[in-house]
Amino acid sequence: MDTFRDKLIPVTSILAGVIVLWYVFAVILNTPFQRDLDRRANETSTFSELIGKTLSQPKPTLPAPHQVAVNFFENTFLRPINSNRSLVYNAWVTLSSTLLGFAFGTALGIVIAVGIVHVATLDRSLMPWIIASQTIPILAVAPMIIVVLAAIGITGLIPKAMISTYLSFFPVTVGMVKGLRSPEIMHLDLMHTYNASRTQTFWKLRVPASVPFLFTSMKVAVAASLVGAIVGELPTGAVAGIGAKLLAGAYYSQSIDIWSALVAGSIVAALLVMVVGIAGRLVDRAMGGRPA
Amino acid sequence: MNWLKPSWQAVIAIVLCLIAVALGAMSKPEAAALADPTASIDYPYLGTKGLMLGLAVVAALISMVRIPSVAEAVVLFIGAHLVAWLLISGITGFEGTALAPYFLLLTAAWLLGWRCVAVLSGLRPPASWARTTLRLIIPAIFGAWILIIWEAVTRGAGIPFILLPPPSAIGARIASSLPVLGADVRQTIFKAVLFGYVVGSGAGFITAILADRVPFLRRGLLPIGNMVSALPIIGVAPIMVMWFGFDWQSKAAVVIIMTFFPMLVNTVAGLAASGHMERDLMRTYASGYWPTLIKLRLPAAAPFIFNALKINSTLALIGAIVAEFFGTPVVGMGFRISTEVGRMNIDMVWAEIAVAALAGSVFYGVVALVERAVTFWHPSVRGG
Repeated sequence: MDTFRDKLIPVTSILAGVIVLWYVFAVILNTPFQRDLDRRANETSTFSELIGKTLSQPKPTLPAPHQVAVNFFENTFLRPINSNRSLVYNAWVTLSSTLLGFAFGTALGIVIAVGIVHVATLDRSLMPWIIASQTIPILAVAPMIIVVLAAIGITGLIPKAMISTYLSFFPVTVGMVKGLRSPEIMHLDLMHTYNASRTQTFWKLRVPASVPFLFTSMKVAVAASLVGAIVGELPTGAVAGIGAKLLAGAYYSQSIDIWSALVAGSIVAALLVMVVGIAGRLVDRAMGGRPA
Repeated sequence: MNWLKPSWQAVIAIVLCLIAVALGAMSKPEAAALADPTASIDYPYLGTKGLMLGLAVVAALISMVRIPSVAEAVVLFIGAHLVAWLLISGITGFEGTALAPYFLLLTAAWLLGWRCVAVLSGLRPPASWARTTLRLIIPAIFGAWILIIWEAVTRGAGIPFILLPPPSAIGARIASSLPVLGADVRQTIFKAVLFGYVVGSGAGFITAILADRVPFLRRGLLPIGNMVSALPIIGVAPIMVMWFGFDWQSKAAVVIIMTFFPMLVNTVAGLAASGHMERDLMRTYASGYWPTLIKLRLPAAAPFIFNALKINSTLALIGAIVAEFFGTPVVGMGFRISTEVGRMNIDMVWAEIAVAALAGSVFYGVVALVERAVTFWHPSVRGG
């Protein structure tokens, strides 16, 4: 298998290639507008001047990487954290509803999975619907949930968290059903010979067997619940949060702001997935798991 | 007591019916009529109240007698759904006036439905067509009961229309605005989704082949692809709208980006799926890279590729609909959802969601059917 060092060089060189391409496209895409500006100002710029100008437009079609980096740095580290232009503040707003929704979604997913594994009726009747619901573009419901809940006076964190819950409980349910069913017949028979009750089989065999499945599906779920929180912020009229930053950027064509909000969202997503991964590894080790 | 086999659902259903009888009036007009017998007040369930209660109790009692399971299921099915139908059709004209017995009776009917599903789940018919039918009927009853409870509760409790319209109103809305819905589907699905899906999946596939040919590219792209799949890619929607304008091209661009990475990651994983033995065999036949790819590795990768196509079918719809929240011409499913929410036409929003759900399921179903036809050799398909 590829080790980390084998991957490092290809990954960094591809990333470097992406950044070079990004600069090239930034010049190409911003050139028509810059030429237009120059013509109005009756200036003729040389090729190198043109490149310099295309990379420093205030509202470029495609901002250059360094513009995004500068904007991201300013909005993250130089602004007071409670200012509503601070990316830390906006990321926190999104993160809080993500986490709340993720916690609810995981709990709900586990409860439903336990029900499906233990009650045959639920297995036959509910499981097909859970699978079918995966094929439905659930995110389309998001604006309605927000507006309808606002109409009965529930605003702020809860509606967004509900969308995150909705998006994150499917992967957990499906993963946990698979996990709780993963013990082999041999193991179940062994528990039977020990005269173990259903509860004992559940806690001592099924739950430990399902833990790896739980963390794998939680990784998917946490990413989904972040997407849910971001989309949930779109119709609220752009108050705060990464989604709100995206929408405000789209309204005022602040392309650099959009890109730095995207970077912030990606960092939050990567961190969340990493934290879940680390938690999974810690739990695995605490339970005495050995690397296979 | 050999002829009796009690079930907790049936017992509770009978108890609920008895409580409903004891509480009396099913709705506020009926309570008013009982309080003032001289006034002639019109109230629901004039003749059907006794019938409904009787039906529920009789069905529950019969289900506890030791009769064949099929007969028990049929009795429960008829009893539960007849009661539910009488309840829902009776409340017409008296929405929002239901009292506790109405909901008790609804719960009793639901319990009978549950018992029916439980009995059906226990059946193990020998014929394969019967098993298939059962696999379809059980979830169908479950889905029907979600609709029944939704309809009965929204109308019985008089939940405001803008909060949650009853399914019948949504159905009526779908029927009455078919042209609008058709135009939205054409704009969003036939233009943006299909184009983006084909181009995005195709590009992911070609990149995967390329990455397979160049190991350096594979080692670099795979970790990036895995990481990108966790990112909120949907956020590029406003940028695409700025670049490609309001029409379907910008939505297709979002769909392309969203579908590219799942296809790339899955195809690369699939191309590694063929075993060493088989590859060695191809080598002994002096087969070059391309014949090996086409005759061995791509067929072996087919299950992975179809997995990506299935994931992408949902992602493509989500991408196109959410991208429309950022700006569209005045047609499209995402546009309709966001504007009708603003105008508080919640039934239209639900109609649009129902259409989106249907389109998503059909899309997924078509991909799944093609998969069965192409990967007919795979154990998961052969096994039934």
